[in-house]
Amino acid sequence: MMILEADRLAITFGGVRAIDGVSISIASGQVFSIIGPNGSGKTTLLNLVSGIYMPLDGSIRLAGETVTGLAPDQLARRGLSRTFQNLQIFSHMSVLKNVMVGRHRHERTGILADLLHWPSVARQNAATREAARMALARVGLADAAERPAGSLDYGALKRLEIARALASEPTVLLLDEPAAGCNPVETQEIDRVIRSIVKEGITVVLVEHDMRLVMNISDRVHVLARGRTLAEGTPEQVRSNVEVIEAYLGVHGSREAAHAFD
Amino acid sequence: MAELLQFVFSGLTVGAIYALVALGFTLIYNASDIINFAQGEFVMLGGMTTVFMALAGVPLPLAALIAIIVTTGIGLALHRFAIEPARGASPVALIMITIGASVFLRGVAQIVFDKRFHSLPPLFGADSIQFGGAAILPQSLVLLAGATVIVILLWLFVERTLLGKAVIATAANRLAARLIGIDTRRIVDFSFAVSAAIGAIAGILVTPITLTSYDVGTLLALKGFAAAMLGGIGSPLGAVVGGILIGMIEALSAGYLSSSYKDAVAFLIILVVLVAMPQGLFGRVKVERV
Amino acid sequence: MSLRALLETRLLPAILVAAIVIILPLFFPSAYYYRIGALVFIFALAVVGLNLLMGFAGQVSLGHAGFLGIGAYSVAIGPVHFGAPSWLCLFAGAIFSGAVAFAVGRPILKLKGHYLAVATLGFGLLVAIVLTNEAGWTGGPDGMSVPALTLFGWRVHGSDAWYWIAGATFVGGFLLALNLMESPTGRALQAIHDSEIAARVLGIDVARAKLTIFIISAVYASVAGSYLALFNGLVTPDEAGFLRSIELVAMVVLGGMGSIFGSLVGAAVLVVLPQVLTIFHEYEQALLGLIVMVFMIFLRQGIVPSVTVALAGWRK
Repeated sequence: MMILEADRLAITFGGVRAIDGVSISIASGQVFSIIGPNGSGKTTLLNLVSGIYMPLDGSIRLAGETVTGLAPDQLARRGLSRTFQNLQIFSHMSVLKNVMVGRHRHERTGILADLLHWPSVARQNAATREAARMALARVGLADAAERPAGSLDYGALKRLEIARALASEPTVLLLDEPAAGCNPVETQEIDRVIRSIVKEGITVVLVEHDMRLVMNISDRVHVLARGRTLAEGTPEQVRSNVEVIEAYLGVHGSREAAHAFD
Repeated sequence: MAELLQFVFSGLTVGAIYALVALGFTLIYNASDIINFAQGEFVMLGGMTTVFMALAGVPLPLAALIAIIVTTGIGLALHRFAIEPARGASPVALIMITIGASVFLRGVAQIVFDKRFHSLPPLFGADSIQFGGAAILPQSLVLLAGATVIVILLWLFVERTLLGKAVIATAANRLAARLIGIDTRRIVDFSFAVSAAIGAIAGILVTPITLTSYDVGTLLALKGFAAAMLGGIGSPLGAVVGGILIGMIEALSAGYLSSSYKDAVAFLIILVVLVAMPQGLFGRVKVERV
Repeated sequence: MSLRALLETRLLPAILVAAIVIILPLFFPSAYYYRIGALVFIFALAVVGLNLLMGFAGQVSLGHAGFLGIGAYSVAIGPVHFGAPSWLCLFAGAIFSGAVAFAVGRPILKLKGHYLAVATLGFGLLVAIVLTNEAGWTGGPDGMSVPALTLFGWRVHGSDAWYWIAGATFVGGFLLALNLMESPTGRALQAIHDSEIAARVLGIDVARAKLTIFIISAVYASVAGSYLALFNGLVTPDEAGFLRSIELVAMVVLGGMGSIFGSLVGAAVLVVLPQVLTIFHEYEQALLGLIVMVFMIFLRQGIVPSVTVALAGWRK
């Protein structure tokens, strides 16, 4: 079943077509990676699909339902979640609380009950806390639960965002450069985490620069260049695609670099 | 018809003040992204300082000059001692600093001067000129002329001088301006100084018409800000147009609708503009990129 | 419940505050201090609400005295013009403030930063203007007198009575705020403060959350305003004025943005200070402006968080 489909998406920023007629079709339970040189529009595409930008053209379908133009919170309620390339951590809260916020869409909230702290609220708080701890354990951050979020290092923060997104029990998880700035050990962790996520049946859409991670973990790879689709296929197909190599390394570099992805 | 003309005249007069205050806002906002709430106090200080210098026996032209210099100094001090140390604070924190400064200046003016209303002698006599059945004060014409001169001078400065270009560059892109060697701190100093001077001049010119007192600054700042918002924050042309517009709308609604709600007009306009058209008449819409 | 369990409870700050309210009068040299105490708790109530909006949810309101004024005039206009009992007018005022907050908040809470600041400023000023102009209802710039509150036939009168009423209400408001912070709504608001976009992406209806807290903070201010009017027996448009709004913000900033306990500290400082400086009454405005400036420049977190951090460092 196609869980996430985008049909000829387009958007302009001040006269530049950042995304120009891109279509993607993602099957449920896959790891679908989007790669491309800097400025090719990867994050823009992710922002379009997660409702942060409104497309100028084209449509988006989530689990068969047309969701073009829906706001991020509406998409969240339909099972879409994401992390951010530039980290959007709730720095004034503890690590645990950050992930507890991830449970929001599964919480029942009424202002009166919240103000008066009905027993139901206390019970729900306890359940939320438990679920948040489990999510933290999955990304290896269980020990850091009570620390202020701002005190974690970069790699840990990336995993925190993943835990927070996981806590919302999504059907589709968009990861925006989760391995950016991570050392090889941290990247291995990310690899392990993504695999465990997929094992649960969650579809993962990955935007990444780290080619080794992409090639190891993806079922399908979609290559963007200058806002347009350059190629799509299995990792093997994409890595030997001459145009893809040229897009990354330029025409002259491509001959020598034909083995760059080995 | 004569009545309409009368309202137009008073609208133009107050509009000129609002335009000058709005211009001051715009100058500082463009150079530093700060909304300076103490802008209205510059107008108050210009008028009040001149009055009290004159009362102390200083000849009027000299008193006016001193007032302008003192106010300019206060503008600079505001930047150096209140804004600069708080660099990097959120926009709301900065706006609170300028509000704090405004209240502080008001409080000090209350102590140094007094709480009464004061006036200055008009430049060309107090007899109004009759025109088309309506009366206009010579001082209003002086004010309008002065405002026009200031606007033209500013325009010439920005278009024709290197320093003016530097201000534009800083307004367009601070980092880039610094990278090409522009001392942006001096530029912001300069914008505060010029805004203060403009405010002071406006205050001196308008005191013969509307009188002045220690607390005129707050309302002026708000209306000037409304004008800047209406015209499009960041657009000097918008500031002038916005100022005249608000002055006219205020005068016309005071005349034809209700004079006690005159002050409410500007605030209603602020709310409407912010909600319906935040970029104003001449501003650009900003797309937020994540 | 064992003493230890009691101390570790979420309710500890509320218990502390209740203790302060109860124990404080033991130190009062004269009845006059009941008056100061009552004023402190009344303002602290308004400040708790504003702190929830500004410190916790990260929004800003520079016109909050508008709601204070609505609450204050409700208990004046209602009894004087309609003969309605004061306590009913207090509730009506709170509901009306909530409704106004809903109507005004919906469009303006979409704004951010200085745009929101100025919009709220404009709102506060509009309220003050209406209160000043509609002299037929409000008594104009000189205000109107406020009949005393009668509860169950007993005329509430005197600083000590109001000390206990204001103190109890403040503790109640404090408790509600503590509850809110440990709830899904509270977490959503804190999230919005730090990253609206991330909050959105996690399914939080940001517009609704902001509106909710705006309404709550308006109700807090309205109740405080009603108390103020009933206590003083008099109300003027200044209660809704610009300076009053800035005072409230100064109290938030002073005590510590986001520190509910700081609300009490901030209110205490700014209520007590003019009493101490009665000789220097003229310096009030200058001092207020100076305090706001100094704190926003150098001590942005405010007193309570700064002290907490310093103590934590000292204990090590």
